[in-house]
Amino acid sequence: MFRFILIRLASAIPTLFAVITVSFFLIRFAPGGPFNMERPLPPQIMENINRVYHLDDPLWRQYLTYIQNIVRGDFGPSYVYRDFSIAQLMMQSLPYSLELGSWALLIAVVGGVGLGVVAALHQNSVIDVVVMGFGNIGITIPNFVVGPILALVFSVFLRWLPGGGWGDGSPRFLLLPIIALALPELAVFARLTRGSMLEALHADHIRTVRAYGLPPHVVVVVHAMRAAMLPVVTYLAPATAQLLTGSAVVESIFGIPGVGRYFVQGALNRDYTLVMATVVLVSLFIIVFNLIVDLVYALLDPRVRYD
Amino acid sequence: MTDVAAPAKNTRGRSLTGLAMLRLRRNKAAMASLVIFTIMVVTCVAGPWVMPHRYDQAFQSYVQTPPSLSPYPRESTLRDVMATALDRAHVSVQTFNAAGSTFTATLTSDRPIDPRVTRYVDRANEFGSTQVTATGADAHTITVAGRIKREYFLMGTDANGRDLFSRIMLGGQVSLLVGLLASLVSLFIGVIYGATSGFIGGRVDNVMMRLVEILYSLPFMFLVIMLVVFFGRNFVLIFVAIGAIEWLDMARIVRGQTLSLKRREFVHAAQAMGLSDGAVIRRHIIPNTIGQVVIFITIRVPRVILLESFLSFLGLGVQEPLTSWGVLIAEGTNFMEAAPWMLIFPALFFVVTLLSLNFIGDGLRDALDPRDR
Repeated sequence: MFRFILIRLASAIPTLFAVITVSFFLIRFAPGGPFNMERPLPPQIMENINRVYHLDDPLWRQYLTYIQNIVRGDFGPSYVYRDFSIAQLMMQSLPYSLELGSWALLIAVVGGVGLGVVAALHQNSVIDVVVMGFGNIGITIPNFVVGPILALVFSVFLRWLPGGGWGDGSPRFLLLPIIALALPELAVFARLTRGSMLEALHADHIRTVRAYGLPPHVVVVVHAMRAAMLPVVTYLAPATAQLLTGSAVVESIFGIPGVGRYFVQGALNRDYTLVMATVVLVSLFIIVFNLIVDLVYALLDPRVRYD
Repeated sequence: MTDVAAPAKNTRGRSLTGLAMLRLRRNKAAMASLVIFTIMVVTCVAGPWVMPHRYDQAFQSYVQTPPSLSPYPRESTLRDVMATALDRAHVSVQTFNAAGSTFTATLTSDRPIDPRVTRYVDRANEFGSTQVTATGADAHTITVAGRIKREYFLMGTDANGRDLFSRIMLGGQVSLLVGLLASLVSLFIGVIYGATSGFIGGRVDNVMMRLVEILYSLPFMFLVIMLVVFFGRNFVLIFVAIGAIEWLDMARIVRGQTLSLKRREFVHAAQAMGLSDGAVIRRHIIPNTIGQVVIFITIRVPRVILLESFLSFLGLGVQEPLTSWGVLIAEGTNFMEAAPWMLIFPALFFVVTLLSLNFIGDGLRDALDPRDR
């Protein structure tokens, strides 16, 4: 088991390395730079700035330096948010995104799996149709529509909740962004769960268990759900990575000071180090959660062994 | 999108398509969506020919006017409008009568009134072809008459006083066009890349697929923004950028198909006849993957529209005075409190279109899915 984790982590390094390399050169080859202002700086000043940030080195040397720094855990200074290092920016904003994302994930998984199971148990009933209709809508409507509509209804028309900001971090402020984040994922989980649950309920081993006379809830919860959770768990990895690393859209709609906005701003400002940090962050989350999912597989599916 | 040309060469293919059409016709949700989607497309494409307002025509008098079925201007406001318009000429309105689509007014001033003052009146969006009908003895009073321009704003106007309905139609055209073209671009790249990779196989396949994997693991947002940065905020290039991202899945699907196809007898036969690899891919592999590809495309189009709107929402997409549904929704979000209709109507159009496209895609997939036959 421990060996497996080590091998998996080691095999993730080349991928991470490739991702860093590709994005490093992509952003460097993009036209413009972090210090391109609307009114160009005098050439001497530009020269000095470039020297300070080693931007006048040949690109391969900058790349090697960057890789060396990353290995030591140093993501460098931000080029645009002066006086802040990337580590500081991340430390400030990541907790907000993590908190929002965890709640959204919890709601999406619990709600989605619950709805999916209920729909599967009552296939073709009214509940099923409602859940599937909701699932379709949830998958189709992006959160840049859900978010504003939620804000319009609950904070402009009804005036129940504040329309944005982190405030004191109380549920009143967090509710709308969490719902906006959770709804699309909840719909995906509901659809996935329903599909795999239907398949599981028709499987041979469930019929056998039923024939043994086990109580229905044991059949559903212990036997059918265990098999049905596999595709759900697979989707959990990308969903978690996406939710926890913040959403540029939801954070901008509700004015949350999270990580999400750096994705867009960093790339637009050519804030090289910030862009690279967001790329590494997302890739790391994806790799780690994929690993966790692989481990959970072994718990759910007795056929999977990692020894 | 819906009519897929049947491979007319063999009769079996035609009957399969016929079967698929039959299955599609039985799917109520898909057929209803097809009707709704057609209405949507016709509205967006043909609508601007019918609409009295152009998408970039700004009415200064009607900034953020709420949607209404009755025409603007309201009669009670007209007197004030004229007073404001004439204020600059130091002329005041003595009497004002609006009857139907015409008005008459008596204007006074403490100086003789120049008849050209009617131009001040015409400058307001509400009045037109104003003429002096009578002049008082010393020209201190004149009577003017003219037409009241009635404007319908069924969905209200935006922050620049432009008709929202016209803009939604234009946005729809842009969104649908981008959806279609970007899907075609992704189809083009994906099919060629996937077919080549799968057919040649071996080390080339390994390298080509590893590249796809790396592009996959790049954060999606980063890739999109980088491409937009490269291509600039150009209308034509946006769909190239989107297509250039969406081809990854397409390449994988086509590669999988190709792997199973290249072991089939007709491919071996073609190779035995001495066809080059390129010709085999072009003439035999790609035409045989088309079925799967078409199913995939119908599911993809709504995703591409979503992506374009998402980019536009972030301000990276279509630029003024052109617009797209994403831009309109973003603007609506900004003016949500003062003018909720600016959010509600574009969002409604967007959601209805996407939902109907989704149902059509699902229906097509069910109808064409070989496993269900």
